[in-house]
Amino acid sequence: MSDILTSRAVDLAAGIASGTTSSVEVTQAHLDRIAAVDGEIHAFLHVDGERALAAAAAVDARIKAGEQVGPLAGVPLALKDVLTYTGAPTTCGSKILEGWHPPYNATVTQRLLDADIVILGKTNLDEFAMGSSTENSAYGPTRNPWATDRIPGGSGGGSAAALAAFEAPLAIGTDTGGSIRQPAAVTGTVGVKPTYGGTSRYGLVALASSLDQPGPCARNVLDAALLHEVIAGHDPRDSTSIDASVPRVVEAARSGDIRGMKIGVVTELGGEGYAPGVQQRFDESVELLASLGAEIVEVSCPHFKYALPAYYLILPSEASSNLAKFDGMRFGLRVGDDGAHSAEQVMALTREAGFGAEVKRRIIIGTYALSSGYYDAYYGQAQKVRTLITRDFDAAFAQVDVLVSPTTPTTAFKLGERVDDPLAMYMNDLCTIPSNLAGNASASFPVGLDDGLPVGLQVMAPPLSDDRLYRVGAALERSLEATWGGPLLNSIPQLEVAR
Amino acid sequence: MALSPEDVADLARLARIALTREELEHLAPQLDVILESVAHVADVAADDIPPTSHALPLTNVFRDDVVVPSLPREEALAGAPAAELDRFRVPRILGDA
Repeated sequence: MSDILTSRAVDLAAGIASGTTSSVEVTQAHLDRIAAVDGEIHAFLHVDGERALAAAAAVDARIKAGEQVGPLAGVPLALKDVLTYTGAPTTCGSKILEGWHPPYNATVTQRLLDADIVILGKTNLDEFAMGSSTENSAYGPTRNPWATDRIPGGSGGGSAAALAAFEAPLAIGTDTGGSIRQPAAVTGTVGVKPTYGGTSRYGLVALASSLDQPGPCARNVLDAALLHEVIAGHDPRDSTSIDASVPRVVEAARSGDIRGMKIGVVTELGGEGYAPGVQQRFDESVELLASLGAEIVEVSCPHFKYALPAYYLILPSEASSNLAKFDGMRFGLRVGDDGAHSAEQVMALTREAGFGAEVKRRIIIGTYALSSGYYDAYYGQAQKVRTLITRDFDAAFAQVDVLVSPTTPTTAFKLGERVDDPLAMYMNDLCTIPSNLAGNASASFPVGLDDGLPVGLQVMAPPLSDDRLYRVGAALERSLEATWGGPLLNSIPQLEVAR
Repeated sequence: MALSPEDVADLARLARIALTREELEHLAPQLDVILESVAHVADVAADDIPPTSHALPLTNVFRDDVVVPSLPREEALAGAPAAELDRFRVPRILGDA
């Protein structure tokens, strides 16, 4: 495999800017890699090589002309197919949007383009980002590059797998209950869910509006921080966007100094129900953080055990409302429009044909939880639990700077293993959900392998303290890579290359 | 609780999804298990706890009411399943359905 493919984004950008390589060369190398391995991995739903190369050539021309470009200019990126990008289909992994082309760019997409980042294509996901394995995609699952009979996580399995398979050095994900962090954990990559409101949701096809947040995915901490700075910041088009300066994440990623930092280990997220190998890597990492100068304390968050049930009421409730717009009238699929069926019947037939099993499950649950007579017991009570979880975080962050836990209770499971057992599937999100409910910043960093499969460590920081995630991540990465003799992904088994 | 396939059919009608008989029978026990599990939120005594609908204490945002160009008609209709006379064409809404 060429050096271009294994390079950090920051180094590729430096090479492109200085002329030792070009964006066209870098982009072409990644397109070739996609052609060689994506038949097996299926990280991408759509690749537009011609457009990517044209964008790359334009960046090269501007650099040649002496123009100033951004810190990631010319670097290729994989975009999760739930963010709009004009001139390409946006499917959200659903049949109901098959072939639909959005009329505008998401703010995240526009900022990538404005930063001269080269978009390679759109990545696979669980339908409308509902899932933890990418098996709910209407276009077939993505495979984990570490073991192709295993899941790459979800919903952003395509973005994480593209990174781990060296098909792209950068990717964008979205995180509603762990859809950036859980795929990062099981693919040995870095994934960050910014503080809610830190990145714009404009042009992100909504799953649960009060939880959704786009964020950066990368193979190392500094690349993620650079990408974070490109996409973050106030957007007047998103009414929940925070009008405050972006936390200094790049500076934190370059520093990695955690001396004197107080790190809390969440008692409730670990022990029983966690794979011994996952727990072991986590415990070692905590020891490592202590040896690097952090002060470790145990912190109890007693209401976290109610986060999963609260989430699986709040999310379906919001989703059932958000997905009502897919009615076959203004865009997407329409079924049964034969002159005999009424509009209402056409809607029902369209949604029956266009939605997959998990989407239907969640819409029905949401419809139930919001129906009169059940509203107080379910949705209302879940909202109160949300308050209690936020208070747990507030109390914890009064004592410590960040909290840590395993990102997922287990490593990547086998494809098909949990596909018809929704509850087992939902357990993947046990550790990641609290941060979505409370809106704080959270990330997953690779901390080693268990039986050949990656393990992730989750760091959680108070709202608008996203920089602390990167400080801890950089400290871990530096120290662990010194032990491993390089990035964890250097030890990934070679993929079979199609000729 | 025990959701029957008929209960699920009622919910599906509210949600405008024409589920098949097989789906109703497959979904009912699955939804039952999920609902039983999420019902644990009731275990928390929270009578005096205010609900949170949103993670961060943001206040409403206003902007000046300035006229800007809207999406051109062609682009608005470009993704429509059916268009006619510069409008979305929809199936009959009134009638004996």
